[in-house]
Amino acid sequence: MKTDTSAVNIDRSKGDFFYPEAHVRDAGVGLSEQTVHYIADVKEDPDWVREFRLRGLKTFLEKPLPTHWASKDLEAIDFDKIRYYLSPGTEAKRSWEEVPDDIKRTFERLGIPEQERKFLAGVEAQFDSEAVYSNIKKAVGEQGVIFVGSREGLKNHPEIFRKWFGKVIPVADNKFSALNSAVFSGGSFIYVPPGVKVKHPLQAYFRINAENFGQFERTLIIADEGSEVTYMEGCTAPKFNTPTLHSAVVELIALKGAKIQYITVQNWASNVFNLVTKRGLAHENAEVKWIDCNIGSRLTMKYPGVIMKGRKARGEVLSIALANDGQHQDTGAKMIHSADETTSNIISKSISIGKGRATYRGLVHVPKHLKNCKNNTECDALLINSTSRTDTYPAITVRGTGNAVQHEASVSQVSAEQIFYMQQRGLTEAQAMSLSVNGFVNDLVRQFPMEYSVELKRLIELEMEGSVG
Amino acid sequence: MSSVTDHELAKSGSILSGLSDLREFPDWFRDQQHAAWEQFESLPKPTRKDQAWRFANVGLLDLTPFKISGPLSEDDRKNVLKYSRGLDQYAARMIFANDQLIERDVVSEDLKKRGVIFQPLERAMVEHADLFQKYFMSTEAKLGSAKFAALHKALVSSGTFLFLPRGVEIEQPIEIFHWLRHDNTSIFPHLLLVTDELAKVTVIEHFRSCNRTAPGFACGVNDLIAGPGAKVTYVCDQDWGENVVALQMNSTVVDHDASAMSLNLHVGAKYSRFESLSRLIGEGGRSDLLAVAVAKHRQEFDARTLQDHVAPHTASDLLYKNALDDRARTIFGGLIRVEPHAHFTDAYQKVRNLLLSDDSEANSMPGLEILADNVRCTHGATSGQIDKDELFYLRTRGIPTKVAQRLLVTGFLDEVIQRLDHQAIAAHLNRLIEEKFAVSQRNQID
Repeated sequence: MKTDTSAVNIDRSKGDFFYPEAHVRDAGVGLSEQTVHYIADVKEDPDWVREFRLRGLKTFLEKPLPTHWASKDLEAIDFDKIRYYLSPGTEAKRSWEEVPDDIKRTFERLGIPEQERKFLAGVEAQFDSEAVYSNIKKAVGEQGVIFVGSREGLKNHPEIFRKWFGKVIPVADNKFSALNSAVFSGGSFIYVPPGVKVKHPLQAYFRINAENFGQFERTLIIADEGSEVTYMEGCTAPKFNTPTLHSAVVELIALKGAKIQYITVQNWASNVFNLVTKRGLAHENAEVKWIDCNIGSRLTMKYPGVIMKGRKARGEVLSIALANDGQHQDTGAKMIHSADETTSNIISKSISIGKGRATYRGLVHVPKHLKNCKNNTECDALLINSTSRTDTYPAITVRGTGNAVQHEASVSQVSAEQIFYMQQRGLTEAQAMSLSVNGFVNDLVRQFPMEYSVELKRLIELEMEGSVG
Repeated sequence: MSSVTDHELAKSGSILSGLSDLREFPDWFRDQQHAAWEQFESLPKPTRKDQAWRFANVGLLDLTPFKISGPLSEDDRKNVLKYSRGLDQYAARMIFANDQLIERDVVSEDLKKRGVIFQPLERAMVEHADLFQKYFMSTEAKLGSAKFAALHKALVSSGTFLFLPRGVEIEQPIEIFHWLRHDNTSIFPHLLLVTDELAKVTVIEHFRSCNRTAPGFACGVNDLIAGPGAKVTYVCDQDWGENVVALQMNSTVVDHDASAMSLNLHVGAKYSRFESLSRLIGEGGRSDLLAVAVAKHRQEFDARTLQDHVAPHTASDLLYKNALDDRARTIFGGLIRVEPHAHFTDAYQKVRNLLLSDDSEANSMPGLEILADNVRCTHGATSGQIDKDELFYLRTRGIPTKVAQRLLVTGFLDEVIQRLDHQAIAAHLNRLIEEKFAVSQRNQID
């Protein structure tokens, strides 16, 4: 492995730079052009990527924090104290045996190997900045599916990568997508050839393991004409004393007639700022579906979007958010209709427990001269305690006479009668509450793949512990 | 206010040139006006990036051309009186043109004896200073227009003061007219309505322009106070001329067991922003917020609402309907806010847009902020067009398409108007809607 970084133009006096937490590569603390050059050097980026990064940095520094509409809690992020790149300095490994033991232990806790043995088509695990282990089952590989880390994707498949990279989410989309553009590392690159239907879901796990670390993965999925793919990601982080930042960018491209389903179970520790930009582009007759579950983090700001570019394209966001003490789940969806007969559906359910706050923010845009576009939005919020909070802020713009849009939202609480009834039947109050909450999300959870709905229900039960009384 | 110098502003008589002490007001009120002027000047102009102005065409808010209103001729007064036709029956009325009171039909002797006060604002601030000071602009303008509320406070020169003592019910509505006369005139209408316990009243305000095409600026504020158990109904028909920029900031305070209902009809103006804030401060309070808009040509109607539940066991219900034609735009920005401890809130909010043309645009932002539990809050927003089956049905009955469309639109809007449960007012509002569809035969004083 290359450890000689003398060619790298970086201020060594900053120290804390070689081998902390056994990371071979460390971009140091704080963000400057040098950090960006360092990352570009380490990753041997081609020039256009380096320029892309620098453009991202410039935009990031220029843009103010969006606190005129978003939570003031964003001001708690100290961008100068974050470490923007860490890696064990190893290439992504192909087989499980080659993965170092301590990392393996972490992943074993996450349950990757078991799951892989059972049903997974391929696994990509990201530890801090880089993918340390990736494998695709033979069958999938033979179908011509590419499932690699974003770096490998850039290196080995530049013709596909460059064509789509940064096209759905431009650098200047928002402050955090700009930050990601500047310092991104890791993430998945997937290409599904025309007509290939990937039967089993592809999976990725992301984990932050170092204090003060910011994780900035970048995922790009391209489903070629008539293909189908499901991608699942899970994320966890141990709790450190200082806040941690996760700011990913995910771009999906569904070409004519393709289907992409993207599933996230986000369970970051409760001091992670999770500021993610996710957007899909659906061509004619294509479908992009986001299933988004937010259980962890301190502040999540994530509004998965679909741009319906081709006729009869479909977009869907199904989301569940659970906000406990000290958490703010600021989630939602964006549906941009830009062709005739496009349809979109948003179903969002949130649960606020203790002092938790759940926010739905939505954007539905139907420009003029489109015909037969339809959007349906439903947001339901459940409040558990008297200190819980929930907000709904949709923005809907409709032009022209050919389209129909409806939005509905409701806020309610667990009915005291239901709880009483269940207690009469011998359940404890906590069990009754948990059952009631599961009932609230059940019709949505049922639409998830089975393994995930089980995991999600268990996570909700865990979160509900001790919330009553 | 970029390139225009202060001197030029002063010479042109623009409202932006500062305060002119034309009227005889008590010192405390003048001090208040000067403070408000300073506030107006120090607050930033709204931009589209402000959440409270999202989607709005803030470029229309250049106030430089607008002047302090000038005096009226005898002919003007006669004409305004002649055209001030509202309801056939009313309990009392005031007619203003260019912020000058030109007629007042007082309340009956009986009501006067029972303590009802119906006076121009400038007199009430002297004779009933306590009541006036307690309630005049006592609610902060929270919906984005703090700057314009300050402008109003600085430049308000007349308006209506209405007070109902405990238990007094006024059967017939009270009518108020505000007319804009002359090009580029600005007016600052004000209604201060205070009802004591168990009082009951209906007020209807008519906003009109003498000349349908004259540019003008109206910046009004209403304070509506519903005392314990009182019942207050407020109706406004906004029919400004087609080049008028209008801002209206209404706040309603609903005490325990009181009920307030408001209905705004929008047919006029180039840009009309209407802010309605309803604060429910006592248990058992109820507030109904209704609005109907028919937007045509390049009109822009910008409605911002806040249903603010402060006390537990309160209810609010909002229903706004817009019919949009040509290149018209509407914006609805509404929020139900349930404050901590306002448990057992029952709040509802619904906005429905009917798009009649390909270039019309409806923006809806129905919002919820819930900080209490044991609440039932729902909101909905829909945007669609005329049901083809319904249209087809009417056509099979021999009704021409245009007429059928109009029938369906008026039917769509009438649902809101019927909620008032007041035949005479409903008929009046429906007449204005009909007129809007047949624009050619409009009354014009000039």
